[in-house]
Amino acid sequence: MREIAVVSGKGGTGKTTITASFAALAQNLVIADCDVDAPDLHLLLHPETVETQEFQGPKLAVIDKTKCIKCGSCKDSCRFDAITDAFEAVPFLCEGCGVCAIVCPEEAIDLKERISGHAFISKTKYGMLAHARLDPGEANSGKLVTLVRHNAKGIAEKAKHDLILIDGPPGIGCPVIASVTGVNAGLVVAEPTMSGIHDLKRALQLLNHFNVLPFVCINKSDINTENTGKIVDFCENKRLEVAGKIPFDPIVTEAMVAGKTVVEYSPTNMVSREIESMWKRILTA
Amino acid sequence: MILSIASGKGGTGKTTVAVNMALSLEDVQLLDCDVEEPNVHLLLHPTVNQEKLVYVSIPKVNEKLCDYCGKCADFCEYNALFVGPGRVLLFEELCHGCGGCAIVCPKEAIAEKKRKVGTVKTGVAGDVDLVYGELEVGEPMAVPVIRGVKKQATNDKTVIIDSPPGTACPVIESVYESDYCLLATEPTPFGLHDLKMTVQVLERLKIPFGVLVNNAGIGDRRVYEYCEDKGVPILLEIPFQRKIAELYSRGVPFVEKMPEWKNRFQKLLDDIERLV
Repeated sequence: MREIAVVSGKGGTGKTTITASFAALAQNLVIADCDVDAPDLHLLLHPETVETQEFQGPKLAVIDKTKCIKCGSCKDSCRFDAITDAFEAVPFLCEGCGVCAIVCPEEAIDLKERISGHAFISKTKYGMLAHARLDPGEANSGKLVTLVRHNAKGIAEKAKHDLILIDGPPGIGCPVIASVTGVNAGLVVAEPTMSGIHDLKRALQLLNHFNVLPFVCINKSDINTENTGKIVDFCENKRLEVAGKIPFDPIVTEAMVAGKTVVEYSPTNMVSREIESMWKRILTA
Repeated sequence: MILSIASGKGGTGKTTVAVNMALSLEDVQLLDCDVEEPNVHLLLHPTVNQEKLVYVSIPKVNEKLCDYCGKCADFCEYNALFVGPGRVLLFEELCHGCGGCAIVCPKEAIAEKKRKVGTVKTGVAGDVDLVYGELEVGEPMAVPVIRGVKKQATNDKTVIIDSPPGTACPVIESVYESDYCLLATEPTPFGLHDLKMTVQVLERLKIPFGVLVNNAGIGDRRVYEYCEDKGVPILLEIPFQRKIAELYSRGVPFVEKMPEWKNRFQKLLDDIERLV
């Protein structure tokens, strides 16, 4: 089983555009949208959901006001400042650790399960899609990503597919770590901007940390050719493969507005041709 | 006044807006809460005059006192501790530092030690006070570092917070207790979808908000239609211009070369102050 993740560090560099096109080009694969707190892949792949699962995030402390004597032990012990002066746990701040419940002398605090989102298994015309949606403002996105990847593996094993394509979230924190842990290859999509270069380097460090074979894609490569040159030089020095350079083209947004992958919307466009050759390079590596 | 800038989708111009707005106003403190990928300092080139390390407390088990009863592992909601016959394993990255294991240990065998997860840097760039955080690469938890950045917030200036993308806990931590939140979006289907998710976050948090449309002119009209239906004010539009994109790519805040925008950002703050 091979798993390939598309990540970026910086947000909005084109991960989902590229992942959707890869999905349209590939065959016999399972797709996993691991950007669970701002998932967009479904807007291009138009999935039909066949299974929905509830996702339990961190528990929530619930204080029984009839038992509470307002002694303040819970508030003093909470390291997340989640208990208010009125002795209520703030759901956004409570990490569900349970310390308040064990220090409460009146046993007035219970930890309750809470549903923080849903995971889905869906059909698309390109293959099965494992995806999810974290409820807005909830925590534990890394755990939900792990569930999505678990679902994707299950589908792939059952259907005897040997490839899983992962659309990763931006950043380098827990949902990204959950998305890249144990994958074979990671494509970092970067823009040739000062921020783009900075974030690319941090994303590459992360892949290195988790022993993932890195590839680099320079998106909108012609908006600053000097910076594109810098990224190419950097990659050569580090012996990293630049898998593709995609020029800026309004066709990408046009395809998105039409709800289509760019390789299907305009197969002969330079953007589509570059994505296709990049996909071949990654697959043969 | 604390004004946070958020977006849901990444790359919609949060940092561009935060930086250019800060450069257009007086008495501003800018907090870069995107500690996974902080970029404000790349545009502002601050002189850093203070660095503070951010730690979380993790358990330190004294195996001379431990009798491997397993109560600590049973208590830990994050599965950061494993107790087997004759050994205790700690998965440091999973520990949230709640301190519960030390409380439940009947043998008082658990003390705490510090573990570095990031850095908070404080500096100045011209008239702008800047605070930014950096999460260590490989560390999963951004929230303690964001908390460290927000602790540096001042009361006597306009505070602008540059939030990370997404709609999960790092965003909550960043925008929490803001007086107003400006949502940077782009007029595309992805921009709209993630805008709607972020609106739900702010409604739950009861933070008033308005929209800034960046890269106006690309995509379609659905973001505008949504805002009109929902009664969300669109406070400013920044058109898609190659010049702005090129300046950004070189790390140059566009108000420096297009000073006519300073008035627009000043007016944006005036408009927001009237809405709060």
